[in-house]
Amino acid sequence: MPNGAEPALRVDGLKTVFRTRGGAVHAVNSVSFDLYPGELLGVVGESGSGKSVTMMSLIGLLPQPPAEIRAGEVMFEGVNLRTCSPEHLRKVRGPGIGFIFQDPMTSLNPVFTVGYQLREPLIKHMGLNKKQAHARAKELLELVGIPDAERRLKDYPHQFSGGMRQRVMIAIALTCDPKVLIADEPTTALDVTIQAQILELVKDLRQKLGMAIVWITHDLGVIAGIADRIMVMYGGQIVEQGPVKEVFRAPAHPYTQALLRTVPSVRGDRAPKLSVIEGQPPILTAAPAACSFRDRCPKAFDLCHSQNPPRFEAGPGHDAACFWNSAADSPRAAPLILTEHDHA
Amino acid sequence: MPDATKPPLVQVQGLKMYFPITAGVFRKHVGDVKAVDNVSFDIHEGETLGLVGESGCGKSTTGRAILRLYEPTAGSVKIDGIEIAKADERQLRRMRPTMQMVFQDPQASLNPRMTIAGIISEPLDEHTQLSKKEKLLRVYELMDQVGLNRTFANRYPHEFSGGQRQRIGIARALALNPKFIICDEPIAALDVSIQAQVVNLLEELQDRLGLTYLFISHDLSMVRHIADRVAVMYLGQIVELAPRDAVYAQPLHPYTQALLSAVPEPDPEAEVDRHRILLTGDVPSPANPPKGCNFCTRCPQVKPICHEIEPRFQEVEPGRYVSCHIYQDQNTTAGNTAAPQTELV
Ligand SMILES: Nc1ncnc2c1ncn2[C@@H]1O[C@H](COP(=O)(O)OP(=O)(O)OP(=O)(O)O)[C@@H](O)[C@H]1O
Ligand SMILES: Nc1ncnc2c1ncn2[C@@H]1O[C@H](COP(=O)(O)OP(=O)(O)OP(=O)(O)O)[C@@H](O)[C@H]1O
Ligand SMILES: [Mg+2]
Ligand SMILES: [Mg+2]
Repeated sequence: MPNGAEPALRVDGLKTVFRTRGGAVHAVNSVSFDLYPGELLGVVGESGSGKSVTMMSLIGLLPQPPAEIRAGEVMFEGVNLRTCSPEHLRKVRGPGIGFIFQDPMTSLNPVFTVGYQLREPLIKHMGLNKKQAHARAKELLELVGIPDAERRLKDYPHQFSGGMRQRVMIAIALTCDPKVLIADEPTTALDVTIQAQILELVKDLRQKLGMAIVWITHDLGVIAGIADRIMVMYGGQIVEQGPVKEVFRAPAHPYTQALLRTVPSVRGDRAPKLSVIEGQPPILTAAPAACSFRDRCPKAFDLCHSQNPPRFEAGPGHDAACFWNSAADSPRAAPLILTEHDHA
Repeated sequence: MPDATKPPLVQVQGLKMYFPITAGVFRKHVGDVKAVDNVSFDIHEGETLGLVGESGCGKSTTGRAILRLYEPTAGSVKIDGIEIAKADERQLRRMRPTMQMVFQDPQASLNPRMTIAGIISEPLDEHTQLSKKEKLLRVYELMDQVGLNRTFANRYPHEFSGGQRQRIGIARALALNPKFIICDEPIAALDVSIQAQVVNLLEELQDRLGLTYLFISHDLSMVRHIADRVAVMYLGQIVELAPRDAVYAQPLHPYTQALLSAVPEPDPEAEVDRHRILLTGDVPSPANPPKGCNFCTRCPQVKPICHEIEPRFQEVEPGRYVSCHIYQDQNTTAGNTAAPQTELV
């Protein structure tokens, strides 16, 4: 974490609940994090742990209802995005905070060519004329590794392969040089060589423009290669966060430990059966009153069943929401501090 | 386990799938996107063939053309001895139950207005005469098989997590007792633990029901786990095909070598000293593939001949096929221009 610098984005105590026919779903429970200029924050976590909902909540992209953002502050350039006007939020989206969505087919417009969808924000937000916008659009497609860019600008989304659509999404998000880029599983459909190329591009932009980046992914190899910091989500909460080297070297939360054990490799011996994290993900019908990982946790003891653990320091800039002290292999001796989690 | 004494269950020969490029108001045909260009391989019963390669190289198109979801431009596809590529509507309908596909995107392939029971029983409605009650029993049986709780039967897709949705797709694919399933990136959007669950499930079903898979993926570590043999695709063609362990221990084609070296390690320390073969040079378009070898514009070991003559896809060791001049025996290439890929697998 760069010391002294002001965070580009500060999220504090964010809570999001869905009201559904089957009752409430507490998707995000008191999530707080800072993001610094030029920093790349990798976000990992189980399917359904609240990664996408957290990011959509903070820039007001969830339809309300069914979503209901119950609490929290999202500070960007001195303004709280949770309480600001809708016009301000619209202005922030794109040039302020860029977003790459998880599912390209739902966010690319099937009736417009890819070229049109790239040119529009360039004309609207960057003040380019049509010709300049066309040239820049072509350049962006080339940057994300799509061959024959000139011709492909005239194609519609369905004429692109799965991974190409993802790259078009990335190109669109980059049209406005955003200060903060939130990328929700932007490379799931990409093979490693193209992924490497995109990651180089992103690293470059981070350096040149000081762009701060949130990169959500299931690929721990990608995180290991590019992130400065990693944030691990489970059951709608941040269960661990810290410098990427620290967390991989000495994961403090049993969920993170289990996650790192399940990754297969292309090198070394091939395991006869893939290991999985046994048990079911938590049901999010109420705000957590106890640790949400307790039923799957090898370290769980009585306290874990009666209280939701706050975030304990596990090292410099590294913390974990767990009553078990992994480094000492014993329960935490620290006095219990009541945090946001407890009076949810 | 694959039975090599029987004829292969799936035989693909010289498969081509071109998409026309048109221009102007009259939609004049000005060229073709050669998405799949002369692909041949076999899959034995009970075997899993992994199909890997970079984004846009033609993996999904190969899968779709095999199942006749596209009309192939050329080539032959035989499943259980029956020609699919030229079958008429009626024959095709009869064949449908034996071959199924699990699609790349579970979200988009499940009808949001249908319940899980409805989605899984749809193929039963279409292809069987089962009574309502029998169908429901079959749905429950399938849900048990893929590890979905029966009480979920009346829920809608959006109420499930990504991993559960993928299982719904698999249950539907299994409904008609298929012999052959094409899995197109079935795990890309799932977290590693659920990926492992789905892969373990596919393996278990294979052991129990003797299924045959074409497993399309860009995740080389998962393919290493599930596949018996691996085919590596580049720009519409297969450049290497070999048993799994051989490919990972000693990749032959320079593209396979680069691909494997690019896989990141989930360890920031190891990441620092990992030796990566960086590919430079233009990625050609399938609308305009280069002369000679398809990979010549990016190959770190390129030779003059590679810009001139297309290498043949040939067996260089028992069971190992590669399409590269480095391994080509002299007498077959000398003076031979752009040899068609007649060699069969
Ligand atoms: N519209 C909705 N109605 C009800 N519940 C919802 C809705 N959208 C999301 N949820 C629930 O909120 C929780 C968090 O979902 P989210 O999409 O943030 O997960 P994620 O961490 O992004 O998972 P993945 O890795 O699968 O993308 C999940 O349990 C999900 O079922
Ligand atoms: N309907 C179509 N019309 C025109 N071109 C198409 C069509 N479908 C696919 N293509 C082109 O064919 C090529 C191969 O696409 P395909 O979807 O098979 O790739 P893929 O290997 O599955 O890639 P990915 O890993 O990104 O999913 C791409 O260049 C794509 O743009
Ligand atoms: Mg998500
Ligand atoms: Mg595909």
